[in-house]
Amino acid sequence: MSFENIYWGDIAAALGQTLAMVGGALLLTIVVGLPLGILLFLTGRQQLFQAPVAYGSLSFVLNIIRSVPFIILLIVLMPVTVLVTGTSLGIRGVIFPLVVGTSPFFARLVETALREVDRGIIEASLAMGASTSQTILRAVLPEALPSLFAAVTVTAIVLVDYTAMSGAIGGGGLGDLAIRYGYHRFQTEIMLVCVAILIVFVQLIQAGGNRLVTHFSCR
Amino acid sequence: MVMVRLESISKSFAGKDGPVSALDRIDLSIAKGEIFGIIGSSGAGKSTLVRLINLLERPTGGEVFVAGERVTDARGERLRELRRSIGMVFQHFNLLSARTVARNVAYPLELTGRYGKDEITEKVARLLARVGLSEHAHKYPRELSGGQKQRVGIARALACEPQVLLCDEATSALDPQTTGAVLDLLRQINRDLGVTIVLITHEMDVIRRTCDRVAVIDRGRVVEQGPVTDVFLHPRHPATLRLVREAEPDGGSLEAISASELGSSTVRLTFTGPNAHRPILGRIARENVVDYAILAGRVGHIREAPYAQFIVSLSGRDIAGAIAGLRASGVDVELQGGPQTEQTAVTSPRVGERALHVV
Repeated sequence: MSFENIYWGDIAAALGQTLAMVGGALLLTIVVGLPLGILLFLTGRQQLFQAPVAYGSLSFVLNIIRSVPFIILLIVLMPVTVLVTGTSLGIRGVIFPLVVGTSPFFARLVETALREVDRGIIEASLAMGASTSQTILRAVLPEALPSLFAAVTVTAIVLVDYTAMSGAIGGGGLGDLAIRYGYHRFQTEIMLVCVAILIVFVQLIQAGGNRLVTHFSCR
Repeated sequence: MVMVRLESISKSFAGKDGPVSALDRIDLSIAKGEIFGIIGSSGAGKSTLVRLINLLERPTGGEVFVAGERVTDARGERLRELRRSIGMVFQHFNLLSARTVARNVAYPLELTGRYGKDEITEKVARLLARVGLSEHAHKYPRELSGGQKQRVGIARALACEPQVLLCDEATSALDPQTTGAVLDLLRQINRDLGVTIVLITHEMDVIRRTCDRVAVIDRGRVVEQGPVTDVFLHPRHPATLRLVREAEPDGGSLEAISASELGSSTVRLTFTGPNAHRPILGRIARENVVDYAILAGRVGHIREAPYAQFIVSLSGRDIAGAIAGLRASGVDVELQGGPQTEQTAVTSPRVGERALHVV
């Protein structure tokens, strides 16, 4: 094993792809998952818009998506992906299934985070004449901010994991590189470097997330 | 003028085996500017009752009137407008932990969308000065003591200049000293702003120190109501008796005395107002050549008014004259019923019980 013939250029490019996939998918996951999570929260039992049928249906759909292993989801979604993004390859082709795969997970985390907010605070907000949307936007979400940042952190790390899998079907990124060189071409050193970079990357996400959580914890 | 009126209010919740009744045909009328207490043991339904006034709970039957207006089915903007005119203070403060003290107080003002930034800043400063928290404006709730948190809660409840202030066990999470300070603040606010206060508590002491009138709730019904002096000094319902006794240092009971010792000359004397400080009992006893033994008693204040209440056994020459003399001096005299036979004690336990208690 020798580290002399490692293609640092390829690794840098793959890292760029991973960052783009994780960043882009994370942003879109928040855009999709946060409203879903709020909807789950609001329609839940004993909540502001308690609606068992709506909650049950949404819950059911999200659970179905979560039951499918991500690698299968990637393949199953391919036709839809092509329809939505025009391709199933590269970063563009991979972000859509990534968002589909992680949004239900993130929505669940958001639901849990919002449920942890003291009911008394919601009651107080309503008693002061707040509408439901004001209560959610100005009281519940700010109160849940630390938990929401924790949820984003966990989701980002799951996304790193998923991007590696998406590499297998032509998504690119560090995972893809590790599989192609390390597994298919027996260049273990490239795989090790990729894995090392991923480890550092995940550690950084976790550390950054922790800092945000602490910073916004006022309790 | 009536500020809040509840008319035949009922509330039931869905239970496992059909609806469970929490409140049963409650009628209450709270006058503008008074401090009205609602007392009951936990589970009596008082928290539900107070939440019906600002419609955090909807009644299953009956009507709610606030400031003469029927609001029972208010919704949307009308409901939010109503809630702005009714401040609410909570047992566990319910402050927004992510906001500073000043921004907690600003919260209800921001919700209205009617005030500019400067206007809010100025109003908040005035509110914080009123509750004595000006120097804590930029702290977060977690940095405050319980009493300070409740002051923030009170300032926040007053922000929209409400006509009514609902206090749901506002002092139950506080130590006795802080409780006193918070109750004083509420009374001061009532005096200065003329805000009608509805105070929910399970402690008779809070009622005694703060309220003008009181309603006693037991198992979802109003079992007794009236001026605090009447209800506190002459409780009739067993639930009221229990609550009053809890506030007494030794339970206020005369259980140690057997019924036979309570002769026909046992009387309950109540001195209120200036009488509580006058040497009436001694003088009357001397004039009528009677002796007295104090079997039980309590002395204190209802708001600022002093009171004294004793159960006294009289003996000597002119007991009837003494009783007449006491009454003429403005003392409330109640005969405690004669010695009881086994049978009366069994058939009318309430009479028996009353004879045994100061309260």
